[in-house]
Amino acid sequence: MHALYTAIFEPGFFASPQVHVAVSIGAVVAVVSAVTGVFTVMRGQSFAGHALGDVSAAGGSGALLIGLSPLAGFVGLGVIGSAVMDLIGVQRLRGRDLATGIVLGAAIGLSALFIHLTSISSSITGVTQQILFGSIFAVTPGTLPVVTALGVIALAVLGTVGRPLLLSTVSPDIAAARGVPVRVVGLLYMLALAVSVGLSSLVVGAILSTALLIGPPAAALRLTRRMAWAQLTACLIGVLATWLGVLLAYDSYYWGASHESLPVSFFVVAIIFVGYLASGLRVARGRRCSRPS
Amino acid sequence: MTDIAEHAILNVDQVSVALSGRQILDQVSFTVGAGQFTGLIGPNGAGKTTLLRVILGLQRPSAGSVSVLGKPLSGRQQAVGYVPQKVQLDPDMPVRARDLVALGIDGNRYGLRLRPAWRSEAVREMLHAVDADRFADARVGDLSGGEQQRVLIAHALISRPRLLLLDEPLANLDLRSGQEIVSLLARIAREQQIAVLLSAHEMNPLLPVMDRVVYLAAGRAASGTTAEVITSPVLSSLYGYQVDVLHVHGRVLVVAGAGEQV
Repeated sequence: MHALYTAIFEPGFFASPQVHVAVSIGAVVAVVSAVTGVFTVMRGQSFAGHALGDVSAAGGSGALLIGLSPLAGFVGLGVIGSAVMDLIGVQRLRGRDLATGIVLGAAIGLSALFIHLTSISSSITGVTQQILFGSIFAVTPGTLPVVTALGVIALAVLGTVGRPLLLSTVSPDIAAARGVPVRVVGLLYMLALAVSVGLSSLVVGAILSTALLIGPPAAALRLTRRMAWAQLTACLIGVLATWLGVLLAYDSYYWGASHESLPVSFFVVAIIFVGYLASGLRVARGRRCSRPS
Repeated sequence: MTDIAEHAILNVDQVSVALSGRQILDQVSFTVGAGQFTGLIGPNGAGKTTLLRVILGLQRPSAGSVSVLGKPLSGRQQAVGYVPQKVQLDPDMPVRARDLVALGIDGNRYGLRLRPAWRSEAVREMLHAVDADRFADARVGDLSGGEQQRVLIAHALISRPRLLLLDEPLANLDLRSGQEIVSLLARIAREQQIAVLLSAHEMNPLLPVMDRVVYLAAGRAASGTTAEVITSPVLSSLYGYQVDVLHVHGRVLVVAGAGEQV
């Protein structure tokens, strides 16, 4: 029994301060991502979410280059990028797709430049890994209040515009006819999305932030018929995946002889992927059972 | 004769719309009274959707005015319910029929949801009124076209509007579902004294229930009873060329005439 326990929780897991920070930040970020992501999936904007991740990458690497915290860059440039994307492309669906693609390309180019400059001008190691794929074990405890505050702001915005946002997601025409300022509501959502992507860049990296944003909601939407439950289920899946990812990454240090930890983001994304596949199985079985009527 | 203005729910007065230099609507005037079922008929591109958007306050007319219940249009149209054309309801959306109807009550309000008991009761009654109880708990994206139309109508009606606008609600329905929707709307108009204005490019499904018709062609409109409007002289002057109106087995066909100018 004890052997099994230590096999699951390798020595020092619960005592490690890095684990404490990782688990707390991971939970906050997973919840914010899940609540935002349900809207993202429903609005068919996962591509925009991905582009914002790339903008975050440019922001994070730029921030490092000028000596700021990557989080400031992740969120700061993401917010600006989302506003620009909304401004240039929201009128037409196709226009939005195009605008998104162009912003995405420019952002990756900038990241390449910033990461290169940072790695030749400073002694910071692993910049590429940290920005693109996340480094939750390297996050300082002082970051937690900032992350929580940003998360609360994003959730408050979504809580305020939730119903008009849902109505304009179902039909912009109906929403406009009922007096909903569809564009303003859409812009507020984009800003919340930018904050949420910026936060998850910290956990799974800018490139993989979409996985945390889209994966749990996509699985949850297959499992439930109601908005509130979809968001709750997505939160649970997201938090679980993040915590399990942290645990497995911690344990992975003991797996090989080389004593090298594997990246947290790999485990988080792998668990989300498996969860998404599993939700598909459940749907397939449910459809078959409910058919004979 | 009673004063028609007293009963007029909707008054469209000399409305013109020009979009990027093109004249979409040209001095369109008509009124719709309480409990009346009015068909807004015209070929594709005649300006039906634009006219509905003007009535909703989503499109500013370049001339003329619209009043609802005797009051000029203001930003928010509480008295007008709307079912737009082509609502894409994705099967992945976690929105049940009853959730969509509930959004008709508070979908335009901000802040977190408070759920008073009267709300779910009102939703239940509304779903029953449009004969949608059976699929109240199904996702809207999984419903058939006709079922979705019922839910959208319930969504539009639950805020108790005096005027209901529907943009081509029959466009993607099979004949039978279309007939069911039309008779449902006719019943609602009569029972709840709601003015229904429904746009369609094909008038035959509406002939049995239509109290009045507004015929739109080339941006101009003629209104009245079907007997008054759907005649060769009236439609010919709207289209600007000879049009024949043929009656075949109780149905009406509008066809281009032999070609001589009027």
